[in-house]
Amino acid sequence: MADDAATTDAATETPEEEVEAVQPDELREGIVARFGDLLGDALVDSLIDPGVDLTIRVRTDAWRAAADVARNHLGARYFCFLSAIDWLPSPYGRSMDSEVDTVLAAQAGDVAEPRSSEIVQGTTGGDTRFQVFARVAHLNGDGGFWGITIKADVPDDSLTVESWVPIYAGADWHEREAWEMFGLTFTGHPGLRNIYLPSGFEGHPLRKDYPLLSRMVKPWPGIVDVEPMPTDDEDGDGGGAAAEGSAEGGDS
Amino acid sequence: MTAVTDRRQLQQIAARAADARVNVELETEGMTLNIGPQHPATHGTLRIVARLDGEQVIAAEPVAGYMHRGYEKLSEVRTYAQATALMNRIDWLGSFANEVPFILAAERLMDVEAPPRATHIRTILFEMSRIAHLILFLGDMGVQLGAVTPVFFAFRDREFVLNQIEAATGGRFHPYFDRIGGLKDDLPKGWIADTKAVMEKVRTFCDEIEDVLMGAEIFETRTRGIGVIPPDVAQQYGLSGANLRASGVDWDLRRDNCVGLAYPELDWKVWTHPDGDSFARFWVRLQEVRESTKIIDQLCDGLPSGPIMAKVPRIIKVPAGEAWVSTENPLGEMGYYVVSQGDLTPFRVKIRSASFNNVSITPWLLRGVYVPDIITILASLYFILGDIDR
Repeated sequence: MADDAATTDAATETPEEEVEAVQPDELREGIVARFGDLLGDALVDSLIDPGVDLTIRVRTDAWRAAADVARNHLGARYFCFLSAIDWLPSPYGRSMDSEVDTVLAAQAGDVAEPRSSEIVQGTTGGDTRFQVFARVAHLNGDGGFWGITIKADVPDDSLTVESWVPIYAGADWHEREAWEMFGLTFTGHPGLRNIYLPSGFEGHPLRKDYPLLSRMVKPWPGIVDVEPMPTDDEDGDGGGAAAEGSAEGGDS
Repeated sequence: MTAVTDRRQLQQIAARAADARVNVELETEGMTLNIGPQHPATHGTLRIVARLDGEQVIAAEPVAGYMHRGYEKLSEVRTYAQATALMNRIDWLGSFANEVPFILAAERLMDVEAPPRATHIRTILFEMSRIAHLILFLGDMGVQLGAVTPVFFAFRDREFVLNQIEAATGGRFHPYFDRIGGLKDDLPKGWIADTKAVMEKVRTFCDEIEDVLMGAEIFETRTRGIGVIPPDVAQQYGLSGANLRASGVDWDLRRDNCVGLAYPELDWKVWTHPDGDSFARFWVRLQEVRESTKIIDQLCDGLPSGPIMAKVPRIIKVPAGEAWVSTENPLGEMGYYVVSQGDLTPFRVKIRSASFNNVSITPWLLRGVYVPDIITILASLYFILGDIDR
């Protein structure tokens, strides 16, 4: 069967981690090399998790070209999803593990240290607040199964990238969702309009600076509900389940 | 009943479907038909606005969002354990299967691996939610087309499966049983023998459905050649699961990219069908239920002993990183892209649900079909509204 390569791929993933560290992932390195050939210096960064996954980042102006390369040159004909990330740290409320609710403290005027608003991008880096990312895959056939995550920065001033719809027709709904949830515009999309939210909705809910009203009305109870835990070394294994059981109780 | 395998015949079917899409120029006065949000074929509250010319659909536009719950936003302010309870409710008929990829993504970021017994029980429950889910489809497909009997068989036999899920997890619909590092509990006494008896019943159910529906002339004429999706279109729209396999694409994540579940050790088969029509989608799902019962039988026989929980800290902080994990859920590929910044809560969770992609093809697929076929096509695409709206 054609999937032999993929099956061995999955099988090596868990038991042979040490071996994998030595064995480079030729399939995925080959894919990155092809992207490098076809996109030139528009391929900014890549990350290979050997035997598991592959992520690349391309320059904004090569966003659609990357889709074209993936589909028409490398055979990734399957479109999985397209979405965006807002890398701004949430300016609202207490972080789950901080002792002080920064919003309440700021209102009272005795804020110890304001929460860091430094933007930290994830794997494969980035320069802008918003990033678009999408996943496509090559299903069975000659080369076995592989998938790839493609990322690109979204310019802060225009918040616009090219649409993927001319290449992957299925990107239509995903871009409509990213448009209403993050406020990004996709040039070349056949009709950006609301998909989940009622038309006329103001704001972009998945942006980090969009307040989650239920949290604003009632501060997060998590930190006050948690009783001090017994030390970890008493009972090792059953403990994890028990601790979560009590968390459930507090939640209800 | 044999599948249509002759290539020429298939091309004719596809060409007929394409013709129907083009021949809409005999314009009469148009009419707009509003299907749903409360139609039984919409499995919840999907509304479809169809513009008709006589009996033919010129354009159809699904309207989603009546049930949007904002899980991607909510999970940013919940711990991983709490977010799992949300994920449970995305595709509510196969709840346990929704938890698994999210937990697996967190486990990958934490570099934790569940012990073999937990992995096996996870796989059993995963397949049981698939059976409970697809049994309902098999009965429901009949009732959409006017055959009332199968749905009674379906509800009767699904109950046995749900009882087993309840006996193991305590919840019929929303188990919330999966934990980072393993499972909440071990299986109760006598569960394995009961489960094997239930699998026998499910196989009988499959035979009954085959007797009742397949080969029935009305069922055949209403499903054969209706809603044909060519493989390349299916892939472009990101169709997955049985919808994709019914278009002849041989791809199943359980076999091709099995992460953290016990499938590679088992003997089972991935079924495909070359036609890509509504009948093919029904047929593939029927075979999948049969394969699932085989998988569960094998897992019950070879269940390893040992702990069901790996050693994980009590307060779970997931190290910074990004992980994408997807599994082959009852409706198709379900995946989570989890971004963590080392906090108690995920920084961003992108939920890739199967039905969202499966339904996004409907504007393309419904163009040119006749009104009764809308129902056939929607029923055979099989979606759950929670899985579209998240």
